[in-house]
Amino acid sequence: MQRNHNHTKICIVEKVIDETPTVRTLIFSDDVMSAVLPGQFAMVWIPGVNELPMSVMISQESGKAAFTVRRHGPASTGLFNVRVGQQIGVRGPYGNSFDLKQGKLLLVGGGTGLVPMMRLLTFVKPDDDVTVLIGAKSKNEVFFEDLANNLLKNNPHHVIVTTDDGTYGEKGFVTNMVEKLVSENHFDGVYTCGPEIMMYKTVQLAHSKGLFVQASLERMMKCGVGICGSCCVGEDLVCRDGTVFDGDHLLLNKEFGHFHRNKAGILENY
Amino acid sequence: MEPSLVTSIGKIQLERPVMLASGILGISLDVFNRLYRSGAGAVVSKSLSTEPWDGYPNPTIFSVNGGGWINAVGLSNPGAPNFAKMIESNKDVPIIVSLVGSIPEDFEMMVKQFKNCKVIAYELNLSCPHVAKVGLEVGDDPELVKKIVSAVKNSTHVPVIAKVGLGTTHYLNTVNAAIDSGIDAITAINTIRAMAIDVETQRPILSNKFGGLSGTPIKPIALRCVYEISSKYNVPIIGCGGISTWEDAVEFILAGSSAIQLGSAIGDNWIHVFNDINQGIFQYMKRKGYSKIDEMVGLAKKS
Repeated sequence: MQRNHNHTKICIVEKVIDETPTVRTLIFSDDVMSAVLPGQFAMVWIPGVNELPMSVMISQESGKAAFTVRRHGPASTGLFNVRVGQQIGVRGPYGNSFDLKQGKLLLVGGGTGLVPMMRLLTFVKPDDDVTVLIGAKSKNEVFFEDLANNLLKNNPHHVIVTTDDGTYGEKGFVTNMVEKLVSENHFDGVYTCGPEIMMYKTVQLAHSKGLFVQASLERMMKCGVGICGSCCVGEDLVCRDGTVFDGDHLLLNKEFGHFHRNKAGILENY
Repeated sequence: MEPSLVTSIGKIQLERPVMLASGILGISLDVFNRLYRSGAGAVVSKSLSTEPWDGYPNPTIFSVNGGGWINAVGLSNPGAPNFAKMIESNKDVPIIVSLVGSIPEDFEMMVKQFKNCKVIAYELNLSCPHVAKVGLEVGDDPELVKKIVSAVKNSTHVPVIAKVGLGTTHYLNTVNAAIDSGIDAITAINTIRAMAIDVETQRPILSNKFGGLSGTPIKPIALRCVYEISSKYNVPIIGCGGISTWEDAVEFILAGSSAIQLGSAIGDNWIHVFNDINQGIFQYMKRKGYSKIDEMVGLAKKS
């Protein structure tokens, strides 16, 4: 019988990888989650702790998937602290996915926003020319650089890392590099996921050059299925209409890049 | 003559009989506008309290095997003052403001916040089954219900609806108390207290352990309540509980409700459900030769 995607499946964490001091990847076996599309997410239950929306990370092994989590609030810290052999509950996948163009592509990711970017790389065609921009504050927060190079080993590609403090790669904000690249090149598609200000600038820059651009948004979520309304951005529901939105649609949204809602539903500035 | 979907719930008139139930998607005016454009006859806000509430930690919702949802969101809301500010610019959407509180003064304070807002009615949440000191705990106390309804009726000329549910006091006593105090309409019913346990981890799934069951499993119960209320009292009724198709909606109208609310169906069928149900009711009226919703209200009681 086909699994009802709203029903929580209990999975056992099989392996934990420390990506940085604050970011871990937890690997588990699940056919459904291993096959999700880039941009889709799961609601992940840490029994006794919390439940939170997570983009589904790829695994190099078939039939497996992963979550890459940064320790931040109670829920993400709870997931970060899950050890090998512990149970987590997974429901989904939910949401839409990126519309992948062919040709010259630019992917812009920051922090755990790189997760859907890595999954997107598994869908590129062999002759796509792919540039991946990885933005981080500092050297010890850089991860997935080797993975990106590895996933693109059969493609013409560039993986460029920027750090705000210049301790690794190019110095400066990743969006400065976006500005440079979109000024000097034509891209057939620009895709971004990460901190909202980074996505907002990336969408603005790409859109100003007339490029096709999409962003995968993150919001606080409770239900994941379009009932609770927690994840609304203007009139859009990230869980149901997203997570992926076209840049031209986002730039008409008064909240994108400026506000998110807290647990009570009150708008707060970024 | 083409049938009309216009319906009256006492003094409240709606272009269409299908509304968004409280607790669902109700925190952004932009979303309200979208739901109205999608066919909702009115939208009921999340239940508002005097102060902002964060609600419970996740998990707050559970999908029941076989249909329906159990939720314990915990009445998260931005608080009446913030919400009132947000809807001040509302021009088009028929908004019903849902209020939750413990004492008459809570409700009086909240109603005052909306003096500059376009609000077509207030709905008093006397039936949320998963938050202490409010909701069902208030609805279970008919004397307190009388005081609250009287206080709100004395604070506003806007129609006031009481939303009742299945608690420890017979819900008809709550209905009776509300009617005695001048209520304009009744919404029946709220979610029903329930829970879910995960067998692998051997613990309750919802962080609050108990939540409210909604969706298709409660529809026959809600329908029975509407039928009972309409058989016993001459009060306008809004049917709510597990409605997901036009046939469900027509059943509730035949049982005695003048309009219906839905929420869980959005989780299953997304917001197209409003238009789908409106169209279904319209076709049914055409086929059966009705020109107005009012002609069908309570018909099942005649047979």
